[in-house]
Amino acid sequence: MKGSDIIFYLLATLCVVFALLSVTTRQIFRAAIYLLFTLIGIAGIYFWLQYEFIAAVQIVVYVGGIVVLIIFSIFLTQQTGEQLPKQKLDRKIFAALAVFAGFALTMVQIYQHTFFETDEMAITPTVENIGKKMLAVDSGGYALPFEVISILLLAALIGCIVIALRTKTESK
Amino acid sequence: MQPGLYHILFLSTALFFIGVYGFLTRRNLITMLMSIELILNSVNLNFIAFNKYLWPNQMDGLFFTLFIIAIAAAEAAVAIAIIINLYRSHNSIDVENAEDLKY
Repeated sequence: MKGSDIIFYLLATLCVVFALLSVTTRQIFRAAIYLLFTLIGIAGIYFWLQYEFIAAVQIVVYVGGIVVLIIFSIFLTQQTGEQLPKQKLDRKIFAALAVFAGFALTMVQIYQHTFFETDEMAITPTVENIGKKMLAVDSGGYALPFEVISILLLAALIGCIVIALRTKTESK
Repeated sequence: MQPGLYHILFLSTALFFIGVYGFLTRRNLITMLMSIELILNSVNLNFIAFNKYLWPNQMDGLFFTLFIIAIAAAEAAVAIAIIINLYRSHNSIDVENAEDLKY
C-alpha cells in the first residue's frame, strides 16, 4: 500500500465520518462545523485526484462562502445552547432503512456495470486549459453557459435584495 | 488496494445517501440545507471521478462541477434569505410551522 493510497482512505473516512456526525448531531452549530470538515475532506480528494483548480474553487466557495453564510444564519435564527428537538424514532428507522436500501441498490448496480475508458490523450486540467475552454465560442466551448451563470448570479443577487426588502415595507 | 473509480463512486454514493438521510430526518430548514449541500458535493465528486478515470481527453465533467458549484452558491444565498425572512414572520424555522402560504 503506497502513501497516496493511505491518504485517499484517510480523506474518505474523514468525509464519511464527519458527514454522518453532521446529519445526526443535535446541536446545529456543531452540525455546521462537521459539514465544514466534510467539505475540506472533499477538497482534499480533489487535490488527490490532481484537480487543483476545482479543489481551490471548492475551498473558496464552499468553505469560505457557504459555510460562513450558514453559520451567520444560525446566529441570526437560533437561540444559543439550545438543542434541536428529538426526532421520532420510527421516522429515523424508516429513513435509515430507505437510505440503506437505496445505497445497497446503487452499489450493486455500480459493481455490476463495467466502465470503458478512452484511449485518447489525456488533457491536464491546468488553469490555462480551463480558461481557454471556458471562453471558447466554437463547438465544445463553454462561453454560453458561462454567460448564463453570470445572469443567474445577478438574478440571485437581486432576488435576495427583494426578499430582504419586502418584510420591511409590508410589515403591518 | 489501489483506489480507483469504484472507490470514489462508493464514497460519493455514501455521501449522497447520508445527505438523503439528513434530509428525511431533519425538521430544521438550515440543517436540511446542509444535507442538500452534501448531496450536491457527492454529485460533484462523481462528475470529477468520471472525468478523471473515463474521459481524461475532455474536460466536460470539470465544467459541470464548476457550474454546479456556482448554482449551489446562488441557491444557498437565496435559501438563507428566505429562511431568515421566514424566521422574522413565524419566529421559527421548523418546516412543520411553515405550512401556510402567503394567501
